[in-house]
Amino acid sequence: MSKKTNKPIFLFVAKDKEPLFSKKNRSLLTDPLDDNNPITVQVLGICSALAITVQLEPAIVMTISVIAVMGASNVIVSLLRNLIPNRIRIIVQLVVVASMVILVDQILRAYAYDVSKQLSIFIGLIITNCIVMGRLEAFALGNGVWKSLLDGVGNAAGYGFMLILVAFFRELFGSGNLYGYQIIPESFYEMGYVNNGFMLLSPMALITVGVIIWLQRARNRKLIEKG
Amino acid sequence: MDYLNLFVRSIFIENMVFAYFLGMCSYLAVSKTVKTAVGLGLAVVFVLSITVPINFLLDSYLLRPGALTWLDASYADVDLSFLSFIMFIAVIASMVQLVEMIVEKFASYLYVALGIFLPLIAVNCAILGGSLFMQQKDFAGIGESAVYGAGSGIGFFLAILAISAIREKIAYSNIPAPLRGLGITFIITGLMAIGFMSFMGIKI
Repeated sequence: MSKKTNKPIFLFVAKDKEPLFSKKNRSLLTDPLDDNNPITVQVLGICSALAITVQLEPAIVMTISVIAVMGASNVIVSLLRNLIPNRIRIIVQLVVVASMVILVDQILRAYAYDVSKQLSIFIGLIITNCIVMGRLEAFALGNGVWKSLLDGVGNAAGYGFMLILVAFFRELFGSGNLYGYQIIPESFYEMGYVNNGFMLLSPMALITVGVIIWLQRARNRKLIEKG
Repeated sequence: MDYLNLFVRSIFIENMVFAYFLGMCSYLAVSKTVKTAVGLGLAVVFVLSITVPINFLLDSYLLRPGALTWLDASYADVDLSFLSFIMFIAVIASMVQLVEMIVEKFASYLYVALGIFLPLIAVNCAILGGSLFMQQKDFAGIGESAVYGAGSGIGFFLAILAISAIREKIAYSNIPAPLRGLGITFIITGLMAIGFMSFMGIKI
């Protein structure tokens, strides 16, 4: 979730008079973390968010993969936005995203085989992750390269933030570990503390997200749904 | 694995929504009323039962390691499986387009009922997920993959039908304001998933 981005992008924005990190651009990056979170507010990308949150490690790897895919595909689609005929744009977007995902998948298989096995089909499912398509449709098709990059990275980071949050609670209460290291001291177990194995099962992912949404909306009243 | 067992497994035990969380986005977005939920559910059943067998053929005659031997024995060590994502999604996108045109031409009633949901389905994770699971499970023949596709489609249909009926009723209950809408839907889905877990271990 770094806020710095590579310098070469400068070339594309040189014409804009706007400073690189103007207030508006910064909000593209930070809004998705809370007020406009892809998972809890825009309701995008839930499919993969839940299935891989049993432990922190796959969640973090997934976050990095999604940030890479979204940043890259947002930039590419934004570069192509004036060339793509409107009727076939979905297929073009799918092809762009699918090629990015293949790259990420191959890299993961080469350098992090265990995690890649754990994530199984969910890396492939980034292709149909609604966040990617949703942001391409809603933002990259109508905005410049730099802004699209910020939007992509921001939304992916917001998504990853939720992922890591859910994984944190599930791993902590489910197996007493964090990132594979034991956190809850042995003396607790001797006193009779027992891991809640139920947190490791799929229904608890849904309920955890439900509770997070509840807390977020209780704190941030303007997000409450009417009707 | 016999067909009936696979069918029941894919509907109840390995339910797309409750066990793997696939198709959650449309599941949450389109479940406000029963009518639209039925439309989307039918479209998913339809597309899944077509695309999974097609992708099975593609996988076994083109993509998996050694699949090209039917062309020539010298292709035995060609492995194209890294292309599976892009091939599957291309098949799905074009099948959806094709199905849309056929349905429009020959079953205009169905076309009106499915409406905007057909094109949306190309980007439904449940569809791509069905094909990827098919590849992972290594089915023996096209029959098994067709049964698996139809079964997971029906599983999705049941799930979205149930949640939309519950959501229609829950509109009248007194829920804490921050939990209204999305929050309560998540929690109910979680409870339903616990219910579906009781199917685990069923064998026919």
